[in-house]
Amino acid sequence: MNFIEWLRQPWPWYVSGPLIGLMVPVLLIMGNKSFGISSSLRHICAACFPANISFFKYDWTKELWNLFLVSGIVVGGFIAAILLANPSPVQINPALTHELQQYGITDYYGSAPHQLFNWQTLFSLKGFLMIVTGGFMVGFGTRYAGGCTSGHAIMGLSNLQLPSLIATICFMIGGFIMANLILPFILQLK
Amino acid sequence: MQTEFVSNEIQRDDTDFEVRSLDTSCINISQLKHPWWHNFKYAIAGIFFGVLLVKAEVISWLRIQEMFRLQSFHMYGTIGSAVFVGMISILLIKKFNVKTIYGEPVVFSQKKFNKGQVYGGLIFGLGWAITGACPGPIFALIGSGATVFIITLLSAIAGTWFYGKYRNYLPH
Repeated sequence: MNFIEWLRQPWPWYVSGPLIGLMVPVLLIMGNKSFGISSSLRHICAACFPANISFFKYDWTKELWNLFLVSGIVVGGFIAAILLANPSPVQINPALTHELQQYGITDYYGSAPHQLFNWQTLFSLKGFLMIVTGGFMVGFGTRYAGGCTSGHAIMGLSNLQLPSLIATICFMIGGFIMANLILPFILQLK
Repeated sequence: MQTEFVSNEIQRDDTDFEVRSLDTSCINISQLKHPWWHNFKYAIAGIFFGVLLVKAEVISWLRIQEMFRLQSFHMYGTIGSAVFVGMISILLIKKFNVKTIYGEPVVFSQKKFNKGQVYGGLIFGLGWAITGACPGPIFALIGSGATVFIITLLSAIAGTWFYGKYRNYLPH
């Protein structure tokens, strides 16, 4: 097995997790930046649609670094998908496979299940709920909470911030409710 | 001087609920000024992070479903070990008074509790489990070719805008 083939396999959590954690000191040392992604959505609003809303009236050009960071993430996703794509389907728990098969989700290749997330499903009720409503909740919820998984769960917990622990616990509670109690009804939709 | 005064005014207006982004920007802008292309180093950090997100499979909707059904340790291990490394790094930065590459002391922002972390956190959690993506992964998914996540991104921007517009009516 050559090096590239080796890199193409999914990386185990004990390799990728610590490397993700290194984002915290890297950004701090690069220029005193707190690791966080969801603020970029706010900066995009401030740059494109401030609409005289006080929450978006600030000098977003001073937060350009964050937009460079997220642009880099898009490029990184592209590089990983082109050069380092996993040739096999995502290996998931058989219990999940069994559950998803009931909803006709059988293709586990690629970064997101193609049967759920594509331009055709977008125009079905299920696709609309998952792609559009879900995205709206992510954008609204992260800003209301003042951060996302990176800003609260990783940066905030690393800096021992109690509000971030509270936020992270609430992320998890919300996720458990959705995945176990609500999502089954959404997945049943055509 | 005039512009500095104006931006301080905006910050005072604006930081009552959400301390983080503008307070950190206050730290950022109060110090050195760099030409815009200095930001490219953050793009390189972003590329590194984007590759990691894909290869760790944390952008996978399937992995997120496993996490919220307690069917796999993968996500807990990833986030947990990331926090562990972040925590040790911050301890070391504080202990050895590590400076930035520009020689400034590293400054940490304190977060204040408000009810938004509960309500907003729950709403984000619901959205995270539907889309299988938090904001970072949305960008990585678009790059990896799942282009329909452009709609998720636009929708998330709309959600942020909606929050900004109506935040004064929301409990904090």
